[in-house]
Amino acid sequence: MKRYSVFAIAREAMRHHTGWERAWRSPEPKKQYDVVIVGAGGHGLATAYYLGKNFGITNVAVIEKGWLGGGNTGRNTTIIRSNYLQDPSAAIYEKARSLYETLSQDLNYNVMFSPRGLLMLAQTHHEVRGYLRTVHANALQGVATEWIEPARVKELVPIINIDGPRYPVLGALYQARGGTARHDAVAWGYARACSAMGMDIIQQCEVKGVRSEGGAVTGVDTTKGFIGTKKLGIVVAGHSGQVADMAGFRLPVEAVALQALVSEPIKPCMDVVVMANTVHGYMSQSDKGEMVIGGGTDGFNNFTQRGSFHHIEETLRALIETFPMISRLKMLRQWGGIVDMTGDRSPIISKTPLGNCFINCGWGTGGFKAIPGSGWAMAELMAKGEPGALAKDFSMWRFKEGQFIDESVAAGVAH
Amino acid sequence: MLVLECPYCGVKAEETELSPGYEAHLKRFGPGSSDEEFESYMFARKNPKGVHFERWRHVYGCGKWFLAARCTATLEVFGTYPAQSSEPPADLVAKIKAKRPDWKGYK
Ligand SMILES: Cc1cc2nc3c(=O)[nH]c(=O)nc-3n(C[C@H](O)[C@H](O)[C@H](O)COP(=O)(O)OP(=O)(O)OC[C@H]3O[C@@H](n4cnc5c(N)ncnc54)[C@H](O)[C@@H]3O)c2cc1C
Ligand SMILES: [Zn+2]
Repeated sequence: MKRYSVFAIAREAMRHHTGWERAWRSPEPKKQYDVVIVGAGGHGLATAYYLGKNFGITNVAVIEKGWLGGGNTGRNTTIIRSNYLQDPSAAIYEKARSLYETLSQDLNYNVMFSPRGLLMLAQTHHEVRGYLRTVHANALQGVATEWIEPARVKELVPIINIDGPRYPVLGALYQARGGTARHDAVAWGYARACSAMGMDIIQQCEVKGVRSEGGAVTGVDTTKGFIGTKKLGIVVAGHSGQVADMAGFRLPVEAVALQALVSEPIKPCMDVVVMANTVHGYMSQSDKGEMVIGGGTDGFNNFTQRGSFHHIEETLRALIETFPMISRLKMLRQWGGIVDMTGDRSPIISKTPLGNCFINCGWGTGGFKAIPGSGWAMAELMAKGEPGALAKDFSMWRFKEGQFIDESVAAGVAH
Repeated sequence: MLVLECPYCGVKAEETELSPGYEAHLKRFGPGSSDEEFESYMFARKNPKGVHFERWRHVYGCGKWFLAARCTATLEVFGTYPAQSSEPPADLVAKIKAKRPDWKGYK
């Protein structure tokens, strides 16, 4: 892999950009691998990357039915934060957030991490109490967050209306190092780094079946034939139930559609991320100038990557009181992704009933921010066969044991 | 946009008039049942990519719960029926079978 650098740009500028190489190879699958990961979203690719980087395991294939990053990773609104209440969540999301800080350097790929600051508005007294509690919990967890008063909110977000009649802004939970990153670049950066370590990223190849013998996986049947493996990682988000079904076990996961939309591009007007959970909406401004807006999930099982139109209307209606200026904006594009929701809305990073098969799913509406930390924890689980400190609370058996993580991490609101 | 016909009042109700209620024909487990039974009832809900039986409520109409068969991969609605049914009616199952020959059937 040729490194990207300012010198590379200068050199290529001199020779009409003829010397750039492909960012990753597109090989045919080999007969056998040490590890096969199903799903080339951010979580699958990050798992492969940290298997190589942290454990030296590089005989790895990542198998993707569409194109890499074409699932939720390429459809999300890219919000990154780690201001969670419970210790297991704060630990893994903060690990991820801190890895994002240096991810561009680590991957030699600009993922455009922008820690521009993130506010979660408190618009009811209940939220005020909840967020004050979160600030205290974060202080104990070593996650830097603070409580800010309405006047400070207005200073940070001049376009906001803090005295709405229905939902006045009573303050906010502020994480100064939260923000956004470029979603595609995260997938592409990991893919390029994996390919450089000799891993095979196989796109347009759907896993159709999982073969096992005596309680262990032997390989997967795909649209490009059988691929043998010593260990299997299932990281397919919305299709987790389907692939688990092929492997012969059942998951406590349901698939629903989550939507987002962007406005026409306008001049810079908001340089932080604002989330308004009471009204189920949030907004940030992209580098192109579009207002990026997300809302809630639809309430029924859905695999179509298409949500209900009235949800878009509800989200905008709710946000208009807090951001009056968006009432005059034209909305440009709207899309949906299929998110994987667990019973307690927290993720699963777990062993499975099959000894050499592992699962990472349930990130639901909020897993983009978790990609580096989740890949880190999943790689450790797959390399050692046992979960480490970050993954141990996210077992798929916690639903039977009643060991829930009492936090709607995935909230039902996109973020 | 989803349109489901309310089996009670016959109104072809559009999605905003309805409220979804997830899996139908759940077997409820209570005190005295095993951890597995309780987990399956509470959390391991059916999540097929295809034919799904589910509960809906005609919330801005007659207010009653009813059941529906719908495809989660295409949003096609096969039919609706009263909530007082312990399993999908035979004619609805036959209709779905005819449309989806590789459907494994209602279990
Ligand atoms: C509209 C929207 C907004 C969101 N906003 C945010 C946000 O602001 N912040 C945040 O943190 N999170 C957000 N999320 C959630 C986030 O996008 C996801 O949690 C995250 O991207 C999941 O990544 P993944 O790698 O697990 O899944 P994916 O990126 O979906 O990757 C899974 C891959 O598996 C592949 N696959 C499935 N089945 C098979 C098969 N049988 N064979 C081979 N490949 C298969 C799929 O094609 C897919 O590419 C949002 C999601 C949506 C939909
Ligand atoms: Zn009715």
